[in-house]
Amino acid sequence: MDVSTAEDPTLLRARLESRVREVLQSVPDPEIPVLSIADLGIVRYARLDDEGVIQVGLSPTYSGCPATAVIRQSVAAALRKAGFERFSLQDVLSPPWTSDWITEEGRRKLREYGIAPPAESVASVREIWRPAPAVECPRCGSHDTEKISEFGSTPCKAHYRCRACLEPFDYFKCH
Amino acid sequence: MNAATKIAAPASQSRFLYVLRLADASLILAQRLGELVGHAPALEEDLGLANIGLDLLGQARLLLTYAGEIEGKGRDEDALAFLREHRDFLNPILVEQPNGDFGQTLVRQFLVDAWQLELYQRLAQSSDARLAEVAAKAVKETRYHLRYSSSWLVRLGDGTQESHDRVQQALDQLWPYTRELFDADEIDDAMIRAGIAPDFSAVRQGWDATVNAVLAEATLQRPADRPYLWYGKRGDHSEHLGRLLAEMQYMQRTYPGASW
Repeated sequence: MDVSTAEDPTLLRARLESRVREVLQSVPDPEIPVLSIADLGIVRYARLDDEGVIQVGLSPTYSGCPATAVIRQSVAAALRKAGFERFSLQDVLSPPWTSDWITEEGRRKLREYGIAPPAESVASVREIWRPAPAVECPRCGSHDTEKISEFGSTPCKAHYRCRACLEPFDYFKCH
Repeated sequence: MNAATKIAAPASQSRFLYVLRLADASLILAQRLGELVGHAPALEEDLGLANIGLDLLGQARLLLTYAGEIEGKGRDEDALAFLREHRDFLNPILVEQPNGDFGQTLVRQFLVDAWQLELYQRLAQSSDARLAEVAAKAVKETRYHLRYSSSWLVRLGDGTQESHDRVQQALDQLWPYTRELFDADEIDDAMIRAGIAPDFSAVRQGWDATVNAVLAEATLQRPADRPYLWYGKRGDHSEHLGRLLAEMQYMQRTYPGASW
């Protein structure tokens, strides 16, 4: 995409940045493909710098999450496909990503996909020994659920079971 | 990566070694937990231990990369993990101890989790900005690890006579190795003075409080401290590290530079 046309530079910048955000909105999380990386809240910034290079900041969810490398590749591929050639992707560690940044849209998509979204805000998890939160079953809506395991199929999930409909389900941990 | 964190010459060797100590503690424990994938007593524990190992490996990668940058000799995370010799690993001896039975795996994990929680909480305020951001991220993960390991310790310690005796035995066996976590040597002292490392006695106090509370609930006896002279963080390891490294490093050593 040619950045150096004669259009008003402020308008051009706004248009390009909004186009980049649209592209990022379309990149799925590799482990929970119903969520885009924008829904997950890991896109920290997307802007055009003075050299005409698109700068995108991405935060890993967990230090060792294997999806981090895949996400970078997917973002690069999506930007190239949309015609952007000059871009730079940065890892942003600080402040660390928190599940509080998952958007409302993201929470709805998680529920529809069968994953219970975080039931608490991150401030409450600082306490280590406390009762597990009342998590709503994404299938039947009951709060009569129990934790089976602190860890689930990916670093970001715990494993729960619903005592009402008896179905097991994933819970997106509050982090 | 970050020009602002360039380090002056004499301090940089201590800082390199200190960051390596932190990195190796996570790396070697991650490798131990990786051995259990497919072998844990139940699927949930298999997932739990693998996930903890994955978090630790992620922390180790960030720290090894940073250590390589401080050293400035072009060694990346892979060179540091796969091509260093046994004596150049600076992890505490505790983390290289074998998995043993599930009780021993959990006791080792609990002792380390309680330490890393206190350490990372304080490192998040380090004057070293890179360490502070790695620690701020790691502390969130460490809370899950400690919640997992301490709840298992209570279940096993306050469980059957058999489970109680076995975790008490594991605790007695591993306890002496905890001492080096809190003994600051000249490298640690230099880092504490520079505001990079936290005060070791504060870390110890926090660790003591956690350990005492959980052991009491688990009906386990806190073993007595005994004199102890081996320091993994100075490169003096138990016989177990060599075998662990042989497995961890064989691929890169047999086929240097291999990739796929």
